Amino acid sequence: MSETADPALRAQRAPGDQQLDGSRAAEAIRGYLLGLLLASGLTVATFYLADSTMVWRAAIPIALVVLAIAQMGVHLVFFLHITTGPESTNNVLALAFGLLIVFLLLAGSLFIMTNLDSNMVPLGEVMQMQR
Amino acid sequence: MTIGAAPSAAEPVPHRLGRDDDSVNRSRRETATGPPSKRVIVGYGFWIFLLSDIVLFSAFFATYGVLAGATAGGPTGRQIFDLTNVKIETGCLLASSFCCGLASIGVGLRNKTMFHASMAITFLLGAAFILLELKEFADLVAAGNGPGRSAFLSAFFALVGCHGLHVCVGLLWLLTMMAQVLAKGFRDDILRRILCFSLFWHALDIVWVALFTVVYVIGAMT
Repeated sequence: MSETADPALRAQRAPGDQQLDGSRAAEAIRGYLLGLLLASGLTVATFYLADSTMVWRAAIPIALVVLAIAQMGVHLVFFLHITTGPESTNNVLALAFGLLIVFLLLAGSLFIMTNLDSNMVPLGEVMQMQR
Repeated sequence: MTIGAAPSAAEPVPHRLGRDDDSVNRSRRETATGPPSKRVIVGYGFWIFLLSDIVLFSAFFATYGVLAGATAGGPTGRQIFDLTNVKIETGCLLASSFCCGLASIGVGLRNKTMFHASMAITFLLGAAFILLELKEFADLVAAGNGPGRSAFLSAFFALVGCHGLHVCVGLLWLLTMMAQVLAKGFRDDILRRILCFSLFWHALDIVWVALFTVVYVIGAMT
């Protein structure tokens, strides 16, 4: 595809897409810097929260998971350049499907195995019964 | 509309309501500029692979989640995880992701010096990450806490080791890309390979975000 006249379409492309001039390269570097800043902020927050007493102790793992998901979003947008642009539509749909599978795998495994764990007779007792 | 009782202009065919040729063409013009370039298609294909890789990792994560408590009398995560080490590893990987971004800007500028310098720093940071991880593994095994110790440790070594293996493959790929740019220059096919490499490298960082949060930080808490 040749240069698109529409600046909005051009802006949605990843850096390195085609040749960059100086100003667009500077813009791209700013994008990566912003991503780095957000990601490291979220990372620092994760490690800080892990041994802080500010938050109710039992809520911290959930807060950490939320921070991790936020950071993954930052990585997707600023580093992997997943956007709402027309060239990204297929990628976003594939991502949505991937997330569905990941959710089913994680939630399904954890739910089923926890359920089995709490409902089945422990192995030691089974061996007692067989005696 | 020549066969049968063609509806007149006064009563339009339902499926064409509000979609006269002109508006269809106009919306086509607005949303697309022809078939996507090979670059977009290659990126999409590689993105599908990355998602399947993430599904693979989610299976390892599910295994770890199920087995995290099965320590069989061995050490728990709280006893063996060194968060300082994890902080340095995380910093290395995040910085290397940023440098990989700079390398792709170097590609955009067709600036070989910027590309090679950024890729070299990316490599060093990635190699530092791998060395720290290997040292952690070696220390654990030396202390008798190898993957054979408990189901928890088996799942831990499988998950973290799988990520480490991916990083090793990424490092090899990185060197290959540097050599190819050196030997062949910024040819179109080389540019597409670099695009795939940078997607791969950034995706590994995403997996690490999930990994250090779930395995190390939460594991060291409970």
